[in-house]
Amino acid sequence: MDTKVLWIGFTDDSGAFAKSALEALTAARTIADGLGGELVAGIIGGAAETALTQIGGTSPASVRTVTGEAFSTPRYKTDAAAAEQIAKAAEAGIVVAAAGSRFSRIAAGLAQRLGGAVDTQVTGITAEGGSLKVARWFYRQRMIGTIERTTRPWVLSIAPGSFAACEEGAVEATPLEAATDTRTTSLGIEAGTSGAQTIRPDADILLVAGAGWTKKQADGEVHADVASELILDFVETNRASLGSSKSMVDLASEGQAVLPFLTHLHQIGQTGSSPRHAKGLATCCHGEEPHAVGWRFINERRAINTNAACGWAQGKADVLYVADAFEVMRKVNERLK
Amino acid sequence: MSTTYQIVVCGGIVPDPLQSLEPVTGPAGPALKNEMMLPSVLDPWAWHALFEAADLAQRHPGSKVWLVSMSPKAKLQQVMMGLAQKAPFELVVVDGPSSGFADAGETASALAGAIQGIPGLDTSQLLLFGGWQSASRGTGAVLQMIGEILGIDEQFQGVDKLTVDDSGGLEILERIEGGAWQKSCCAGAPAVLGWATGELPEPPNNPQIGMQNMRAIMPALQQAKPAALAGDGLSYESVESPKQRRETRVETDMDADAIADEIAAWLKA
Repeated sequence: MDTKVLWIGFTDDSGAFAKSALEALTAARTIADGLGGELVAGIIGGAAETALTQIGGTSPASVRTVTGEAFSTPRYKTDAAAAEQIAKAAEAGIVVAAAGSRFSRIAAGLAQRLGGAVDTQVTGITAEGGSLKVARWFYRQRMIGTIERTTRPWVLSIAPGSFAACEEGAVEATPLEAATDTRTTSLGIEAGTSGAQTIRPDADILLVAGAGWTKKQADGEVHADVASELILDFVETNRASLGSSKSMVDLASEGQAVLPFLTHLHQIGQTGSSPRHAKGLATCCHGEEPHAVGWRFINERRAINTNAACGWAQGKADVLYVADAFEVMRKVNERLK
Repeated sequence: MSTTYQIVVCGGIVPDPLQSLEPVTGPAGPALKNEMMLPSVLDPWAWHALFEAADLAQRHPGSKVWLVSMSPKAKLQQVMMGLAQKAPFELVVVDGPSSGFADAGETASALAGAIQGIPGLDTSQLLLFGGWQSASRGTGAVLQMIGEILGIDEQFQGVDKLTVDDSGGLEILERIEGGAWQKSCCAGAPAVLGWATGELPEPPNNPQIGMQNMRAIMPALQQAKPAALAGDGLSYESVESPKQRRETRVETDMDADAIADEIAAWLKA
């Protein structure tokens, strides 16, 4: 049991797996190989036909499914019941899934039901000689720890972008039943931003807008409307994701005339997210450590602001341009059209 | 229809986010350098959860809010001096570690025991609130586990909005991928809600509420039961801060056209 690894995937509306689920499957295969154990799979969702063509590349020894209308929408009670059924049938020592919102909602509850332990947002795995160690970040990405546990089952959620997605291939499955009673009804999805979508987890570029965009400029006036236009123009032209500092978002929530499309969903840093993108361009940001936390997983970082001594310059950005972001971003937008 | 709630908010204390943190290895495993000297605050997402709880209780007369915290009680007392003026609540204290390196399962077990010990708590009216993650361990695990221990299997995480409809149904917005919210309706309490930032600004200080809270907070701190977490089955091979410091090129003399050219080329590469 201790070396058997169960991977659980949730299908999306189209019946397929998101990339992060296939990345977690690679992690599960890595663990199984390192421990000299067996990999088995579980699928939860409305239907599994398409999904069964996506996971054969990792050659799971068996696949169990819990499907049907009750499992097509994410809800704690039905998802936890389905995952519990699969995990108990599999009798695995390690349970692995992607750290998306759906599994993150139930991961610890599942561990509790199985009498096991849980670690979430795992970014690294070392499995060799029957020993498994996992790496994850603590204190909002300020320090990384490597953990070992003797408790089994050990439920692990894998942070998106930490592993390559597995190769596709077809497999066959055994259906299971799980309880469908719940007091929760799904009412659908609401967009978090008005108008254009400005949060794109799969984007190559992250643009971070700081509070400097809403400060008085050289003419003594605030130009929030111009700032909005420049930022949204960049984001839409480049299909970039948009992040913001806490101070900027707080200004918006206090009803001040700032950038109305920014919400707490855009916030990066201590009480926001630490997104993963290949490149990041920070504009008008003046934060130090709290903002650097939000940039932990950005590979290439450049910044534009008017203060050469800014915290961004202290070893956190690759290049700091000391310039007027209004002028520079207008010209950047012209060049990228 | 008027509904009353018994709202339990779970929240630990964490180092002030503006502090620099450095891991060290102590006799009991990893810890923070000068941990007891670092100024602390209530965990930021639990902070939002507490204000949402107070607001909900105010809108539903007869409701009550408890704040249940496992923290070193001397440090918790310092945090309470400011927090007590923000919203009315009754404090329940478990005197234990607030370290991010403590096990989530053991923490959940200790907190669930404290909640079960609240006199007269009616679980049919219970809304269990807290942050959807902590700023220390950040697993997002404790609240789920407490819910399971208490037998509450309607749970929501990353909550930004809760609306109670006329029939007592809980309409909830939860954060999901891609900057969107999942909207759900739960047919009333009991339920677990792990809050993200919510929608409420920080309430202003109210000295009257502060005095009222502090009358019960001091006895609660004195009566706090100790919780020793054994850490069974968990070991840390290492904990370290990322050391890489970037060699930043600071451009102070480039004109806007040259900067735009360079940024455009970089983004296209």
